[in-house]
Amino acid sequence: MRISVDHRTRYVFSEPQSRIVQLLRLWPDDSDSQTVVDWRIDVDCDARLRRHRDGLGNQVTMLYADGPIDAIEISVQGEVLTSMRDGHVSGVIETLPAAFYARDTPATRADAAIAAFAREHGDPLAIAGALGVMARPADGSGETLRDAAEAFAAGDPSVREAAQVMIAAMRSLGTPARYVSGYLLGEENHGAPHGWVEIASRAGAGWIAIDPSRGGTADERHVRMCVGLDAHDAAPVAGSRLGAGSEALDVDLHVARGSRQE
Amino acid sequence: MGDRRAFDEIWGHDGPARPRAALTELARWIDETPSDDLARRSEAAEATFRQLGITFAVYGESEASERIIPFDIVPRVFLADEWARLSEGLIQRVDAINAFLNDIYGEQRILAEGVLPPELILGNPQFRHEVVGIAPPHGIWAHICGIDLVRTGPDDFFVLEDNARTPSGVSYMLENREAMIRLCPELFRKFRVAAVDSYPDRLLETMRSVAPTGAGSRPVCVVLTPGHFNSAYYEHSFLADSMGIELVEPADLVVDDDVVWMQTIAGRVKVDVIYRRIDDDFLDPIVFRPDSLLGVPGIMAAYRAGNVALINAPGNGIADDKAIYSYMPEIVRFYSGGEARLPNVETWRCREPQALKYVLDHLPELVVKLVDGSGGYGMLVGPTASSAEIEAFRAALVAEPHRYIAQPTLALSTVPTLAEAGLAPRHVDFRPFVLSGSGGVQVVPGGLTRVALREGSLVVNSSQGGGTKDSFVLMPDARTLAQSQTMGDMVQQQELGL
Repeated sequence: MRISVDHRTRYVFSEPQSRIVQLLRLWPDDSDSQTVVDWRIDVDCDARLRRHRDGLGNQVTMLYADGPIDAIEISVQGEVLTSMRDGHVSGVIETLPAAFYARDTPATRADAAIAAFAREHGDPLAIAGALGVMARPADGSGETLRDAAEAFAAGDPSVREAAQVMIAAMRSLGTPARYVSGYLLGEENHGAPHGWVEIASRAGAGWIAIDPSRGGTADERHVRMCVGLDAHDAAPVAGSRLGAGSEALDVDLHVARGSRQE
Repeated sequence: MGDRRAFDEIWGHDGPARPRAALTELARWIDETPSDDLARRSEAAEATFRQLGITFAVYGESEASERIIPFDIVPRVFLADEWARLSEGLIQRVDAINAFLNDIYGEQRILAEGVLPPELILGNPQFRHEVVGIAPPHGIWAHICGIDLVRTGPDDFFVLEDNARTPSGVSYMLENREAMIRLCPELFRKFRVAAVDSYPDRLLETMRSVAPTGAGSRPVCVVLTPGHFNSAYYEHSFLADSMGIELVEPADLVVDDDVVWMQTIAGRVKVDVIYRRIDDDFLDPIVFRPDSLLGVPGIMAAYRAGNVALINAPGNGIADDKAIYSYMPEIVRFYSGGEARLPNVETWRCREPQALKYVLDHLPELVVKLVDGSGGYGMLVGPTASSAEIEAFRAALVAEPHRYIAQPTLALSTVPTLAEAGLAPRHVDFRPFVLSGSGGVQVVPGGLTRVALREGSLVVNSSQGGGTKDSFVLMPDARTLAQSQTMGDMVQQQELGL
């Protein structure tokens, strides 16, 4: 399936900033289930971009811009060919043994309730199914991520929060799990990109991608961009600015079937 | 413990009347100098330290109080051959620490070959994924190590702790020596004491040696401090001053296009090597702590791109973590191919059933520590514990053995120290400083001796009545020098001693 992505992130500052340094996790890699046909990141002001690969193997882009900057727009556009592999993840760069992803983080710490939920359902797909029922559909607004325990207790996790709950649940069962940031076909919103989960397969061979917001394995509608221990670790933009005042964030995201379908 | 007579580094085992043969002259100086004269000199040294403002916590303790650490005028002395052996052990250990860090953030051979339990590393918060895959310039991670040692006999040294992050205390080594030269000049006429005042030059040389390729022949080096509110600020400014390089705060540095620049009045200057005295967590807010306002945004990208050297390397905490310590003999063996010349304090890992059994059978003799505890919390000192405390620990050990290690209570060596009622033996430990540059590893001939000022106390921490002493390393006389030059690897030691 050919999927086209148009993802614009715009920061507007209440006062001009003298410098901006950002780390962008906005570049997908080829894998056995996706081929990046075309991808570009554009910035609407004079900025230097440098590409790296981070410690987890993700492609990241450093953005450096000098002020005064009143607003900055990062525009990501591209096309990816995806195929159906029943959630099996392969052909991706792995820098660490899967066991690394068994460690918890403040955002993915399982409390007693999540641990009990995990034991009750046991199976990853059953856990994803239960979370899929619970998760609130993407409403297109920006959000402040709650930690897994808080979102689970509230009973209305967002898509990305549901992924963090699932990670906490899987780790509480001793299964390494990680957060995936990427795009989902049909996403039309003004919030953040999609998030789902990869869990280490029991056989110890590779990873299985599961999207708890959809209650099942990830499929050809998912474009995988980067992984992390939790959603913060895989945040699309991590930034720092030098200047006073506040910022307003506006995201405009369209993920659609490519115009040139197979 | 205090009741058993420990090895005294000057008086030996038999008290002041029969000092160690090699140190009779020093023992005589101690004996013949009136106590009130020694006390006056100690006070004069402390007055200088107060004036200089050396009031920081030596071992990263977060004491709020700005007070000086007491200074004792009687030096601690290492004989030339003792020092040579000690240096070999230190060099081997620091070589292994560098090799370990290179491996653990790279290929992870040591895990693949089953030498360490993988969860020990992979689950350890000190193992930083943000550092994985980075190749620091010249493959050196632990440029400045402080290896904490204790001694129980003439040739019995043990490593208590490795410090591969930002070991502090080197300004004490230098200031103590300066005070000694001023207040006890006769000692430096009597003995050939290796100089330590070349430390800043050696450090600068080490920094320059690890500059990234492309830095040019005169790499720009700086010291990065969190600022004057930091408890070790004196040491930061002292080191920058004595190396003749800039002392900068995070706001003085900017990263652009993966290059670090220093903002100066004359414009911006590219920075090649940064001796940073800022913890990993606060180094780069983009990578480590998004909530931190400290740090230099982008510095990790510049580092990953190979455009700047960071001293010490981020991620080093995995090498000096308490949970890793007990595996250091295996780590040294794995990378050096030989046995560790400088042993650890014997450590029982209670996660291993046989060790646990031994520990449970010998609790009254042992010190039991939480692997993930800090600051003396969760610690049992068997010989001084009540039977109720021992039983409480027994229960905890049985419930969660993997969280504990146990060590024997050591009879730490003593050094004569000025006490209320004249000179008396007091327990000491030692932190030598080891530098790793592209040319190899060197041990500075001296270090920081901490002394427990209370009688019988084994606690040398400044927060608990600890003080410091100067540490003399005696240079070999002509005869021993000739002997040691026949041993290839000793020669380097001799050069370093000069």
